[in-house]
Amino acid sequence: MGLGSDMYRQQILDHYKSPRNYGELEDPTFTHIGENPMCGDEIRMDVRLDGQEIEQVAFSGDGCAISQAAASMLTTELPGTTVDELLEMDRDDIVDMLGVEISPMRIKCAVLAEKVAQDGAKMYRGDLDKEKTTTEDD
Amino acid sequence: MSHQQVESLDVDRIRAAYPILEREFSGSQLVYLDNAATTHTPDPVVDAMSDYYRQYNSNVHRGIHHLSQEASIAYEEAHDRVADFIGADGREEVIFTKNTTESENLLAYAWGLAELGPGDEVVLTEMEHHASLVTWQQIAHRTGADVKYIAIDDDGRLDMDHAHECITDDTAIVSVVHVSNTLGTVNPVAELADIAHDHDAYIFVDGAQAVPTRPVDVQAIDADFYAFSGHKMAGPTGIGVLYGKRHLLEAMQPYLYGGGMIEKVTFEDSTWAELPWKFEPGTPPIAEAVGLEAAVDYLEEIGMERVQAHEERLAEYAYEQLAAEDDVDIYGPEPGPDRGGLVSFNLESVHAHDLASIMNDHAVAIRAGDHCTQPLHDKLGVAASARASFYVYNTREEVDKLVDAIDSARQLFA
Ligand SMILES: Cc1ncc(COP(=O)(O)O)c(C=O)c1O
Repeated sequence: MGLGSDMYRQQILDHYKSPRNYGELEDPTFTHIGENPMCGDEIRMDVRLDGQEIEQVAFSGDGCAISQAAASMLTTELPGTTVDELLEMDRDDIVDMLGVEISPMRIKCAVLAEKVAQDGAKMYRGDLDKEKTTTEDD
Repeated sequence: MSHQQVESLDVDRIRAAYPILEREFSGSQLVYLDNAATTHTPDPVVDAMSDYYRQYNSNVHRGIHHLSQEASIAYEEAHDRVADFIGADGREEVIFTKNTTESENLLAYAWGLAELGPGDEVVLTEMEHHASLVTWQQIAHRTGADVKYIAIDDDGRLDMDHAHECITDDTAIVSVVHVSNTLGTVNPVAELADIAHDHDAYIFVDGAQAVPTRPVDVQAIDADFYAFSGHKMAGPTGIGVLYGKRHLLEAMQPYLYGGGMIEKVTFEDSTWAELPWKFEPGTPPIAEAVGLEAAVDYLEEIGMERVQAHEERLAEYAYEQLAAEDDVDIYGPEPGPDRGGLVSFNLESVHAHDLASIMNDHAVAIRAGDHCTQPLHDKLGVAASARASFYVYNTREEVDKLVDAIDSARQLFA
């Protein structure tokens, strides 16, 4: 029997147990929340911009290891990129970032933070009006 | 009868009829503990369905030819067999549907929409499955009826004092799950039927988890309506049952219209076929009906008392193993006569979905989520739980593998 899931490699467990940038920013440019109804995962993403560049990101929330680790990793990945680059991200980018295969049933957990950040950015630009992102929308 | 007195099952022999249980994933043999979601289908049931398709596939109630006659007789007799199995008074009281959910909707649309109005109450319980909870909630919205929920106590049993308070002369129907698919609680449905009837209300019982796992007699319960699914009782998907007392079904208007359910049609109007066909429009699930009958034969050959005792033994064993761990929270009553064969739980440090994923790596199949009881999970204060549920082919060794897999999840997240 294997030593446990391929999905739960050290990196993911590390981010889950010691999340980076956990909490809320004092002066976010935009903030958005979302949930994955199937798992009950909840994520809040705070983003501060410097012009079009992402300067700082924080997250808070509750949920499974995949959703929380993905959010934590995203907070370290995003600073230095632009809002356009954030909006261009897709699930493959998230899977690459996580560095493991994500089983089809769990992909919604993995992409929650990304979708929350993207919807937050779209709302900031006035392209979207949505109180809460949910992974059931697609 | 206590389950200690019931002769145990020859599980090796039983397992031989389920080739699916031989499957391996990454070198580990499947441990299937998701039976409350769906059970596996033994060879005799698959054979009966395959025999239908190979030998007498035909539409029912239409043809004069041999095949149609054979198919029609088999389809009708499946109703008789199911009626007999649950203590119904003949095929007229057994309507074949797609599943429990559709049975519930049939009742809610055909009876609820016509009969409910402002001031009427529909009394549910906090442990209802979405199949009944969402259905009655929405029918109540449309008719102006009120919905009330009988509360559960800290052990996951119905608060019967509250039941007496909730069910009043304004109550039109009580809808209660017989065995909870989340808590495992076996509810006192006969007592609830008495209370309902004292107030001239009807009672609908969701038997999706009860009929597969224990002897059920709808007349002994005095249920007015009762529903269950084929796929949770060693039968096929695509078929479920709505039982209803004959005089109630006779008074109800059809829910779906079309061919097969009519008696006479003119351009102006139509009259309805007799029961149960009045509620079975269009080409029905014929192979599935044949399969359901075979599943009933299969279960009766084992004996429902023994099925129940086997499950209860496994659930008790699993409960004890899990209860011995400090970091495991178990939901529902302690093992005993009012707990069925499933155990829902959470491992404190690991989200239920992570737990299920890690178990899956050990080829242990459990369910994780809200089990279609979101309001109940809200009440329990958790977003999700893990659930192990057992059937005739499960063994104590498989429970041990469950516990081992939990342990490896614990270590991974430590
Ligand atoms: C208690 C209960 N009611 C209703 C259902 C719905 O059954 P089905 O999906 O076959 O309609 C289930 C199964 O998921 C159940 O456990």
